[in-house]
Amino acid sequence: MNDRLASEVRRVLREHARLAVDVDTLDDHADLFRAGMSSHASVNVMLALEDTFDIEFPDSMLKRSMFETVAGIAAAVGQLDAQAA
Amino acid sequence: MSVAVDRDQQFVAELRRIADDVAGRHAEQVDRDARFPFEAVDALREAGALSALVPAELGGGEISLAGVARGCLELGRRCAAAAMVFAMHQIQVATLARHLEAGSWFESYLGEVAGDQRLIASVTSEIGTGGDLGRSIAAVTPGEPGRLRFEKQAPTVSYGAHCDDLLTTVRRSEDAQPGDQVMVLSRGSETELEPAGTWDTIGMRGTCSPGFVVRAQFAPQQVLGFPFATVLSESLVPLSHVLWSFVWLGIATDAFERGRSFVRESARRRPGEPVPAGTRLSRVMSELTMFGAEAESALRDFLLWSEEPGRERLQTMSSVLRFNNLKLAASEQAPRICAEVLEVIGIAGYKNDSPFGVGRHLRDALSARLMVANERIHSTDAGLLMIAAKER
Repeated sequence: MNDRLASEVRRVLREHARLAVDVDTLDDHADLFRAGMSSHASVNVMLALEDTFDIEFPDSMLKRSMFETVAGIAAAVGQLDAQAA
Repeated sequence: MSVAVDRDQQFVAELRRIADDVAGRHAEQVDRDARFPFEAVDALREAGALSALVPAELGGGEISLAGVARGCLELGRRCAAAAMVFAMHQIQVATLARHLEAGSWFESYLGEVAGDQRLIASVTSEIGTGGDLGRSIAAVTPGEPGRLRFEKQAPTVSYGAHCDDLLTTVRRSEDAQPGDQVMVLSRGSETELEPAGTWDTIGMRGTCSPGFVVRAQFAPQQVLGFPFATVLSESLVPLSHVLWSFVWLGIATDAFERGRSFVRESARRRPGEPVPAGTRLSRVMSELTMFGAEAESALRDFLLWSEEPGRERLQTMSSVLRFNNLKLAASEQAPRICAEVLEVIGIAGYKNDSPFGVGRHLRDALSARLMVANERIHSTDAGLLMIAAKER
């Protein structure tokens, strides 16, 4: 995975996910919801990701499983970035 | 295919019979005394209706969800409390059946539901979570050797004192976050229900839903293995909104029928003269038709999306919006229709002891806006709308 992408994702999570722990203590495949991210916080994460990466998630991608891990989010963002390029 | 259709039709006809002959006969007393609709539930047991959604190979009726939804409507026409008990039980059974793992404890449990016609209550809401089903405070903790336990403060448990078993949401473990939940099926014999409150409400009185402190000890395999967030989005929430809506549609349908009987009777007394109430009734009919269409279309979407590989669409935010919109519309239309019928009928509709009385209908239908408060749903939707589109 692109390191810079993952670290940007982590920055967004630190600011918006309201995790019960520091996001850097979680590995890329840790379940963010189990780490305390609420559904409400996940919407803010999605909005911040759209703003940060200048992308728009299609409805088919807007589901919990897509935003469950750092790796999942980075893959989703990477996929949209590649489509835009 | 046609065998399944026949089976569905027979089931709906049987539910209509139970509604007319049993549930309806006791509905006034159930409402007045705020007591459980024993007769209707016994008749449903006798008909094997409590396992309607259990697969045939486990001994169930293998009735379609559409058939069960019609059953909710039929019962709702005669006794809203019996209909809601039936709907809530079916939501639990359908949820378990949709997330069944072959050879699991839950598979043999569903066999018992079919064999013994066991009635399942749900313990989802909790004091301190503000009505958010996606969060729990109570947690699974170690119990006696080889057993687990939980203790949960539940503000309402519908028919808790009358069920056979309970399906409860709790945190996975003591150190789990509020959103890290599992469902536990505990048998009545494994569960202690300490009453904590009363159920003297304006409507839905026969659902007997006071608060309880719920304590249970159970085997580890009674914890549903499936991730709860998936269960919630793929099954529990959309199923609840669809089946509840059919119950409310049943209430509104009977209120309309009473209005229609009243208008017909007035017209017969003065043949040829205009019946102003008829025009008003016509407006009620158009609203009832829209309500029915919305419930049907939500049911169809749910069935279609359930057939898709991985049930992907049911996990999206637009799906959350879709079924939330059904709930919001249905829960507002049902009491509005009952109130409009009351004005069509006038004082005879206001009287409890009149054949045209719709007071019980109105009182029962008012619960719809509160069971998962519409304000809370609007606030969830407001958040989701920032990012997801409404399903077209």
